[in-house]
Formats: sequence, structure tokens, C-alpha cells
Amino acid sequence: MYRKVIFPVDLTHIDQLGRALQTAIDLARHYKAEICFIAVTGTAPSAVARTPQEFQAKLEALAAEQGQAHGLTTSAMALTSHDPSIDTDKTLLAAIREAGGDLVIMQTHAPNALDYIWAGHGDTIAAHSEASVFLVR
Amino acid sequence: MSQTDDDDATTPAEEALPEPEGASEIIETDYEIGQDNITPKIGPFGLDIHNPVFVVSGLVVVAFVIITLAFQDAVGPALGAMRGYLTSTFDWFLIMAGNIFVLVCLGILVSPLGKVRLGGADATPDYSYGGWFAMLFAAGMGIGLMFFGVLEPAYYFATPWGDQPLSRDIGIVDGALVDPATVEAARRTAMAGTIYHWGLHPWAMYAVVALSLALFAYNKGLPLTVRSIFYPIFGEKIWGWRGHVIDILAVFATLFGLATSLGFGAQQATAGIGFVFGMEDLGATATFPVILIAIITALALVSVLRGLDGGVKVLSEVNMVLAILLMVFVILVGPTFTLVSQFFGNLGAYATEILALSNPIGRDDDGYRQGWTAFYWAWWISWSPFVGMFIARVSRGRTVREFITCVLLIPTIVSAIWMTAFGGTAIDQLINSVTESAVYGFVIDAYVPELSLFGMLSELPFAAITSVIGIILVIVFFVTSSDSGSLVIDTITAGGKINAPVSQRVFWVIFEGLVAAALLLGGGLVALQAASVSTGLPFAVVLLLACFALVKGLMNEPR
Repeated sequence: MYRKVIFPVDLTHIDQLGRALQTAIDLARHYKAEICFIAVTGTAPSAVARTPQEFQAKLEALAAEQGQAHGLTTSAMALTSHDPSIDTDKTLLAAIREAGGDLVIMQTHAPNALDYIWAGHGDTIAAHSEASVFLVR
Repeated sequence: MSQTDDDDATTPAEEALPEPEGASEIIETDYEIGQDNITPKIGPFGLDIHNPVFVVSGLVVVAFVIITLAFQDAVGPALGAMRGYLTSTFDWFLIMAGNIFVLVCLGILVSPLGKVRLGGADATPDYSYGGWFAMLFAAGMGIGLMFFGVLEPAYYFATPWGDQPLSRDIGIVDGALVDPATVEAARRTAMAGTIYHWGLHPWAMYAVVALSLALFAYNKGLPLTVRSIFYPIFGEKIWGWRGHVIDILAVFATLFGLATSLGFGAQQATAGIGFVFGMEDLGATATFPVILIAIITALALVSVLRGLDGGVKVLSEVNMVLAILLMVFVILVGPTFTLVSQFFGNLGAYATEILALSNPIGRDDDGYRQGWTAFYWAWWISWSPFVGMFIARVSRGRTVREFITCVLLIPTIVSAIWMTAFGGTAIDQLINSVTESAVYGFVIDAYVPELSLFGMLSELPFAAITSVIGIILVIVFFVTSSDSGSLVIDTITAGGKINAPVSQRVFWVIFEGLVAAALLLGGGLVALQAASVSTGLPFAVVLLLACFALVKGLMNEPR
């Protein structure tokens, strides 16, 4: 039913992906789908990587490692944004479309009062993406 | 997934640190960006801020505002006197430093170092020339050109206070025009003296900071914050108190520079609106200026929430189009042929007088050299962390040569065109109507600098339309500065992180508006602007060190 699972990931919070990642792995296995890891970075050095290339390499390493560990086809797509504080959602949405993903699985926070003012990334993706979206709390 | 998997996932990337696009020279440092950051939660708002830079800068700003408001009578004159003392005692130092910045930039431009590309040899530019240039200009001096375009040339041409450049002739003495040859000489000196203040020197100050920041962030992998420039000098120690001091000073200069400009800008826009719509008492109380500050802050807030591409860039482009329209209009309805022929003459005058104007010693034109040049230099330098950070942020992918051409040479020519159009028209009005002209009334007779532009426009056709465009331009330039300033302050106070939560940028925009409103209501704009300009002197030293670090850093880059 699904051919390409898109898994947006925040490389700074890589330790908090447990449940979402497991969900992605299980569903990808079930549908024999590919998992595409996507992540957004600015062009300036960040805590995760000092250059966009280093960022890409880290994401590719994560994808390759997960693919190997779980016997899945994986790919990685690192995206740069001029202003990641603001443009992350827009960049992710464009990337989901470009990658041709038909299912997005992503980690999100528990809903809180702030969501009424600023929606979380997951909320925005779910509201605007043409693909199916699975938010893991 | 277990924790071990995580570690494994990141290990290969750390072992072989990939180079930036193409060859470059990443600095090996143990400092991890954001390692000194704290992430407090205030209600639902999560923050990601550098400790102590965020906390100390915030507290210092609040403390300065409170002290200034509480002890106005003592603090105001003291800070004003300090600024006066610094610009009149160290004028030679500021002027000399300015010359060094220009020489360093021009030296890099013609040397093989110009081939280095920001972001690595294969990096591609983040922005097109149009968008990039619009942002450079809006951040660099948009608002100043509006304020001084008419004022400065007209002032030098007819000053009765002896402030003319190089103590040369003046064109109007005791309300009467002097002989034509002297008038022409005075006009020429006035334009050269103005273009000098808006040409190579200010842009070289911005270029040194911007180029260093861009180099050390994009090519060397250090955080995008002012302290990174000094890595070649202080090494790992830069992550300690030395770096904190530099960053806090940068935040202080930027925030007070912005807040006091916003306060003055609101007063000026109020005066302009009152003049254009015939409501002279609009500026009598602080109500209208405070409403303007609120409007500007609200617009800046919208722009902040739209991000760099959807906010600042769009505003900058709107500004550029409006400014070009206004300038073309002034050229067409003003003395067109005179202005076109004067433009080359003015550039020539600038080129021939630049050595005399930039000579730091043995001059007797104190009013010009200390009151204007040294003040401007301190002012530009105190803005350089803000403008430099912003320019660096949008300049990735350009070669150093391209960068210096577009940040130094082209803006100088654009400034010269602008000054020729606005100042040339104003001087033309002075020559034709002398004391009858509105410009004479606002610049010489009663010194009301904020109305000089509107006075000049009022004597051209369609004054109602052009004055409104002028007011809109002033307001939009302020919105742009407020937005880009918050972006810069936020990046510095987040330890160089450009992906910190947006709520922090919102905080700085509102904070800046509040500081401006408090100073406007309680008094203290003059005092704190003096404090902000005074930071120009220590920063001049910092910038000289930056020149050294920049050249050293560029030499290590593969070309």
C-alpha cells in the first residue's frame, strides 16, 4: 500500500526518536517500503554539524545504519534552509513532495497551549501534506 | 532503538569530517556549538539561549534604561560628554582606523585572496544579486540616506557654523550667495565631504566584520557569532569570558543603536507626517511617536514570523524599488542635466579630495573632522556587528572578490548617485532661491534636520505624493532594521545558533520597541545613543584585530 515512508528527523534530538522510528521500521517492513530520512539544516555551523556536508553525512550514516540493522532499503535527504527557525515546515513539505513519499511518520510533542499560536512541525505537516501522516506522540 | 545505536550513527561522520563544498580549512576546536546554551521553559515557550551572553546583555540593557530614566540629569550630560570627548580626542584614531579598513579591503580585492569562496570552493550563492544587494543596502544605510541625503550636502554648502569640510569656502554667507566660482567650489567640496562619509569607508567597516564572520563560520566551521572572528588571536580562550565580553558588547551596541534610532526615527516620521499633512502640533506630545513605535514593532513582528526569505528579503526589495522610484523622480523633476553631469564631477571630487579628507592629522576643520567624520566613524563602527552579522548571514557562496565589489565598490557608487540626486537638488534650490528655499529654512535658518528631506521635496512637483512615499520608506526601513536586528541579536545571544526558537526573536523585537518607547517617554534617547556610539571606539580596536584575523584566515584557505 505504501512504497516510500518519509521519516523527518531532528538530528539534535536523535535520542528521542525511539517510538517514531520503531513505528516507521515496522510499517516499512510490513509494506516492503523504503524509508527516506529527511532533515533540515541552516547553512551556518550548528550543534549537529559544522557544514551542510557534514550534516548530510550524518544523516546518511543514520539512514545506512538503520537500513543495515533492520534489513530495509533506506535513503537520506538533507535539506538546507536560509532560516531554519521559520522555514523548516515549508522545506519539509517541499521535500516530501519531491521525494514522492506516500506516508510520513514523525515524532511530535504532546499537544499544549502553545499549539494554538504556533503549531508544531508535525501539526503543520499533517495539515498541509498530500501524503498520509502518522504523528507519534 | 538503543542509545548505542545513536552513538554508532554519529561516529563515522565524526571520524572523517567532510570538508565544506570543495576544499576549505575547517578549524579543529573542541567547542561544540550550543554547549554553553541553557534551555529554560517559560510557560509553553521553550528557549535555547547562550549563558551568560543572553542573561547579561538583557540585564545590562534593562539596567542602563532604568539608570538613565532615574538619573536623567546626571546620566544624559555625562554620556553625551563621553561621546564628545571620545570623538574629539580620538578622532585621529578613528579616521586612521577607517583608512586601514579601506586599504585592507582593497588589498584583499586585488590580491589572490580574492579567489576564496565563502562556504568552500564549490558553494553556490544563497541569494540572487538583486535580493542580496537589496538586503545589504537596507541593512547598511537605507535609513541614513533618507535622513542625511538632503541635510548633509546642504549643511556643508552653507554652514554658518564653520563646519565645512577642510575649512574651504562656503556658498552662502550671511544669507547671500557668494560669487559663482566660489559657489561651485563650495558645492564640489560639500559633495566630496558627504560622499566620503557614505562611500568606501563605512562600507569597508561593514565589509571587514561581515567577511570575517562569513569566513570563520562558513569556511572554518565556527559558530556564527562575533567572537568567532578572534579565534586566530585568542584560540580556545575565545569560548570563555573574552568571547562573552565581545558578544555582550555587540548586543549592547546593536540593541541601543536600534532602539535609539527607532525612537528618533519615530520622532522624525512624526515631524514629517505633521509637516506633510499640516498638523504641526503632532509631535508636541509623545503620543503619536509611541503609536508609531508600536506600529513599526507590530509590522516587524509579522516580518519576523515570516522568516528571512518571506520577511526581511521581501521588505528590502520593496524598499529598494520605492527608493529607486523616489530617486528617479527627484532626478527627473529636479535639474536633470545638471545632476547627470554633476554625478561624474562629484565622483571626481571624491576621488581627488579623499586623501585630504581622510588625513587624520594636522587639520584645522575641527567641526567637520570631529563633529561629523569622527562621529560617523564611531557610529558606523558601532553598527558594524549588526550589519556585519546580517551581511554575513546572506552572503554564503560568494567569492571574496565578488563580496568586496558588491559590499564596498557598488554601494559607494550608489551612495554617490543618491547624494548627487538629493543633495545636488537641494543645493540647486539653495543657489536658486537662497534664503527663500525650504532647505535653507530647515538646515541653516532653524536647524530642523528631520524636515530637510521634506523641505526639498515640497519644492518639487507632486510634493504630496513624494512626501508620502518618503514617509513610507522611512517606516519600512525601520521595520526592516528592527527585524534584521532581532535576527542578529538572537543569533548572538543563542551562541551562534540560527535555528533557535522563534519566540526568542519575537522577544527581542518587542524588547527593542519597549526600550525605544521607554526612552522616548522618559527621555534618554540622546544619552543612550551617545552610549551606543561610544562603543564605536572599543570596537575600532576590535575591528583592527579582526583585519589581522581575516587576512590570516584567508591565507589558510585554499584558493
